[in-house]
Amino acid sequence: MHPSPTKDFRAKEFRYSSFFFTGITGLATYLIVALLGVVLVNIIIHGWPGLSWRFVSTIPKKDVFDPATTGILPMIVGTTIRVVVMTVFVLPVGVITAVYLTEYAHNTSVMTRIIRTAVNNLAGVPSVVFGLFGLGFFINFVGHNLDLVFNNGEQAWGHPSLIWASLTLAVMTMPVVIVATEEALKAVPPGLREASLALGATKLKTIFKIVLPQALPGILTGGILAVSRAAGEVAPILFTGVAYYMSDLPTHLTDQFMDLGYHVFVLSTQSPNIDQTQPILYATVLVLLILTFALNIAAIFVRSKMRRNMRSLH
Amino acid sequence: MSENNNQTKPDRQVWTGIKRGQSWHPVEWVAEKLIFLVSLTAIVMVFLIFAFVTREAVPLLLGQINSAATQTVIPLADMDKTPPEVLQAYLELTPEQFASMDRDTKLLLMQTKLDAAKEAPDDKDARINTTEWRYLFWPYKWTGYDQPSFIWQPVSTIKKYNIVPLIVGSIKATVVALLFAVPLALAAAIYVSQLARPKFKEVIKPAIELLSGVPSVVVGFFALIVIATVLQKMFGYESRLNAFVAGIGLGFAIIPVVFSIAEDALTSVPRSFTQAALALGASRWQAAWQVVLPAAIPGVFAAIVLGFGRAMGETMIVLLASGNASIMSWNLFDSARTITATIAAEMGEVVAGGDHYRILFLIGSMLFVVTFLSNMAAQLVMERLKKRLEGKA
Repeated sequence: MHPSPTKDFRAKEFRYSSFFFTGITGLATYLIVALLGVVLVNIIIHGWPGLSWRFVSTIPKKDVFDPATTGILPMIVGTTIRVVVMTVFVLPVGVITAVYLTEYAHNTSVMTRIIRTAVNNLAGVPSVVFGLFGLGFFINFVGHNLDLVFNNGEQAWGHPSLIWASLTLAVMTMPVVIVATEEALKAVPPGLREASLALGATKLKTIFKIVLPQALPGILTGGILAVSRAAGEVAPILFTGVAYYMSDLPTHLTDQFMDLGYHVFVLSTQSPNIDQTQPILYATVLVLLILTFALNIAAIFVRSKMRRNMRSLH
Repeated sequence: MSENNNQTKPDRQVWTGIKRGQSWHPVEWVAEKLIFLVSLTAIVMVFLIFAFVTREAVPLLLGQINSAATQTVIPLADMDKTPPEVLQAYLELTPEQFASMDRDTKLLLMQTKLDAAKEAPDDKDARINTTEWRYLFWPYKWTGYDQPSFIWQPVSTIKKYNIVPLIVGSIKATVVALLFAVPLALAAAIYVSQLARPKFKEVIKPAIELLSGVPSVVVGFFALIVIATVLQKMFGYESRLNAFVAGIGLGFAIIPVVFSIAEDALTSVPRSFTQAALALGASRWQAAWQVVLPAAIPGVFAAIVLGFGRAMGETMIVLLASGNASIMSWNLFDSARTITATIAAEMGEVVAGGDHYRILFLIGSMLFVVTFLSNMAAQLVMERLKKRLEGKA
């Protein structure tokens, strides 16, 4: 390991301006990390005492604000189901789009540029607009027309439910999967593809048998990041499926559901006695944070491992 | 060894896929077309989002909605003379509902309309259609107010839909967020990409990226419970939740966005720039500030624009921490209501297809257009920067 050139070629004399500004920018960097630290420590300290097995495994029977009897099992189940259903839809579409962009399309063609622009724009659409889209498209258009065709106008699909919330989230997280998969596919050495083709494999076989298996960790990273992003989002599901209270777990895709993030919102704003509900509020936030952070850290871990493997292949 | 292997060779970057095998395979051909079709999903979705969010606002744009408290009534005797479409709109029914009702039910509905008209408020504003453009954007002297004012009051006898207070609320929170987040994030980006040691960089980058993994509802909760209290003690203002608190909360959410894009732009400046500056006797800071930053300035601009878009579109943080009173005021320490929070808070209580519902979709589509344009601008700038740097490198 030889040192990088910029590290060795330092100015000889000591300069106060350089020292000062390096300090200032370094301080800003530490401040950001400290802010993250404060948020995490505050939530862990206040949330930990409220956390118990009873709390995470209880279905609240009537009053979600009563610290002694309430629980968050239906919220955990609801959030889990909606991200699982979302993954089923978003992974194939995202991966196939990335395969097209890296393996089939020409980098400079107009079509590729339009697709890339669309993906970037999709990533920038505000989450509440996704909620409006889910309501306007999936519920009022798709759901309503399904009812008209299959149910003689009786309402079975045209109302907020798990399936529509999941589909809305799938549209929202598509860019995450596409970008991560693309990165993974680009990291597969061209030599592997050439070797496979030289042995007589077709292009499709090469993609399925050689390229995709090599890129699997990257695709996994994309999936995990999408799930983590979707698990914490509340705005897109506000009008597309989340329920304020349900006495039972959802059993069908057309049921409404309770959600961890939305429950945090409910506990923060609707509580009749803030001091009394604060411990369960903090505990709920902690559970949500553990869920999303575990996924995020897993993604970072898988990605760094993948990069190391790739480096040894090149 | 890591230094050289990190940079892919140029000929590998232009890899555009595999040439098809020698013989023609129908399966391959079909698969390629299918893959192409699926990859169009992103384009279709952007188009559908625009189409279906604006679709719900179209009757409003065409002036087909009348939100006046007192409406012109159709006498019972005229029922058979009026065309069915007019009658259906008058009774506020969907076509299916209208078709399924018999004559007596319709008569009954008309009677209730008549009764309602008799009880309508005796007010000079009662006949105004408040969804017209000038009531949406211009101040108006409503009964009970001594001067023309901007009022958002969708739940009252006379529904007032002036969206200027909401726009002002969004702008206030966004400006605070940018003033808080941009200097911090830029300084961190300069430090991490130019000044810090590589080992430090490997630790600090994931840490800042982890900040973007905190769900916005959690940031909002933190702003509501902790930041609001701390800031109130520090500045001693009156209303605990306000645009300032919401802006600081928003700052937490956009720091990772601004940081990662600015850091990318700064890192993409060729190393030869820094090396040349150092060779000429510049200090590391001078090289970063006077050579690398100017070269990457379009990327920094793009980072700020994207941060702006994120801040404008962020919902849960402002919904929790801004106080949500639609007051027309430029004071940062007054409670504020933003566009996104209004949509999120009110959509659950509106009648589907009513004027309030359509207004919410209208401001939603406005929001979509604003973020779409800022995204496009940022992308254009980034693309140009890339080309310029590649040309120079």
